[in-house]
Amino acid sequence: MDEPSAAETEEADAGGGGIIATRGLTKRFRGGQLAVDGLDLTVPAGSVFGFLGPNGSGKTTTIRMLMGLIEPTSGTARVLGRPMPRSVRTVLPQVGALIEGPALYGFLSGRDNLLRYDAADPTADPRTRRTRVAAALDRVGLTAASGKKAKAYSLGMKQRLGLASALLQPRKLLVLDEPTNGLDPQGMREIRSLIRELASDGTTVFLSSHLLDEIEQVCTHAAVMAQGRLITQGSVTELAAGTRGRLFVTTPDTGDAARVLKEQGLADVVVAEERVTAEPPDRELAEVNKALVTAGIRVRGFGVERASLEDAFVALTGEGFDVAG
Amino acid sequence: MSQAEVLRRVSPLWTFGLLRSELVTTFRRWRTLALLGVLAAVPILVGIAVKLETQDGSGPGRGDGGGPAFIAQITNNGLFLVFTALAATLPFFLPMAIGVVAGDAIAGEASSGTLRYLLVAPAGRTRLLLTKYATVMTFCLVATLVVALSALTVGALLFPLGDLTTISGTQISFADGLGRALLIALVVAASLIGVAALGLFVSTMTSSGIAAMATTVGLLITVQILDQIPQLHALQPYFFSHYWLSFADLMRDPVYWDDLVKNLGLQVLYAAVFGSAAWARFTAKDITA
Repeated sequence: MDEPSAAETEEADAGGGGIIATRGLTKRFRGGQLAVDGLDLTVPAGSVFGFLGPNGSGKTTTIRMLMGLIEPTSGTARVLGRPMPRSVRTVLPQVGALIEGPALYGFLSGRDNLLRYDAADPTADPRTRRTRVAAALDRVGLTAASGKKAKAYSLGMKQRLGLASALLQPRKLLVLDEPTNGLDPQGMREIRSLIRELASDGTTVFLSSHLLDEIEQVCTHAAVMAQGRLITQGSVTELAAGTRGRLFVTTPDTGDAARVLKEQGLADVVVAEERVTAEPPDRELAEVNKALVTAGIRVRGFGVERASLEDAFVALTGEGFDVAG
Repeated sequence: MSQAEVLRRVSPLWTFGLLRSELVTTFRRWRTLALLGVLAAVPILVGIAVKLETQDGSGPGRGDGGGPAFIAQITNNGLFLVFTALAATLPFFLPMAIGVVAGDAIAGEASSGTLRYLLVAPAGRTRLLLTKYATVMTFCLVATLVVALSALTVGALLFPLGDLTTISGTQISFADGLGRALLIALVVAASLIGVAALGLFVSTMTSSGIAAMATTVGLLITVQILDQIPQLHALQPYFFSHYWLSFADLMRDPVYWDDLVKNLGLQVLYAAVFGSAAWARFTAKDITA
């Protein structure tokens, strides 16, 4: 069994199958609810992969299937090139995970919580346990509070401790479900820089979130789920490029500006307060600006706004982001 | 990639790290210590009650044979407090404590969410279940020894110690009696194996620690009641509690083994049946908590 699977792992590392690859992954719960429906997800090695979707879209169920906690109803899931949940024992020691928020033993100190989670991993060397726990605590900035009982921790501290448990060993893959939940802006920034740091070491990071700008700031790739289905996946630049940006003119003479833009043949001209936007033309933008200025319009600002991931999401789903499935 | 050499060399002994962690975690819980405290208090109460009642020189129970086994002999020999305390705690206090610890074993981790982190560590479902069972059995032994040692201490402080008379009427030395007391404690601990397996099975059925504890203790009480109904005598030999008090046979000379062997066999049967059921359930379960 070892030889072929070792070969498979190499193939996955080479980027063939992806660090995570699912085919037709489906989960129907006993109540009949279809939580995940025919998911074909590919997470390239070395990427910071944003897994987006409103609450209730099936993100967490997907993550639980990837981690071997839930058996899929049909379809396959491969992590590090090996089938899950069958290869849990060989795959999971190389995966750090934060699933649906941290869970801790309130009556144990932060450090003892980590010692316990580390002892649960049969591949973790007990001789280096205390050193690795101390290093993980240091990495998330909890060293000073490591002796306090976990029930006295704030939500942000619990979140950090959860992250520390994912960092007890060098990992090939980190699966982080809503890692910045409960953190203050400073904490969020720290987590983002930690993620970038880990990614630059070559760890693939699979990050689920419902915060679009968070994904946009750190992720190289993203996938969008809604109502159990995968709507799209690809690199963040590709996804954003899918929707075109908008030409905008900031001016006090909005009426005249709108007329000129229409005369120039621009479509979808929208007038807002001191601002006119339109679909950008295919020809040189400077020509449009020249036409505006020639018409005596006082232009304060002119340019094309890059499409954000949020625009891409709205374009894909045709609805606001926070609408639950 | 830099982590291509992640394949670590793994010692098979490391797998016991989880058992050690489990034992430490269980015995550091305030609840566990409270249960052991209650168990330690039972012999103290019995000892004091017997002492107070016999201060006027009359024998306890006044010859009517009431109360737990051996209670009449305590005033002559403090060692009998060990047997009395075990006979008093075995029907309810001890199995209730086991039910709480066993019922909470998996369900408690599920309700606090720590179960998912243990499993992605990855603890391994079979390994985690075996570790939990080993821990519950250790608790059975510790709980029984707490009762026995507390009783021995109280017995030694309040009553004389010395050679003792067996149920069969023969005399054995104090050292021999002490040996039998230890043997009885071990048999009592082994009598709890069945409840432990039952509790662990219930624990895999739910994600609520409280529900699992309540169900296990409820089952225990139900079986104890059913064991008292004469019409059910055909079923009674299969109740896990039916031969519990057979440990008294160790105080016969020679020891009467029949019921003792039946008791231990029944416990093994319960462990096999409910252990397998717990394994089948736990290894196939979707962990959604």
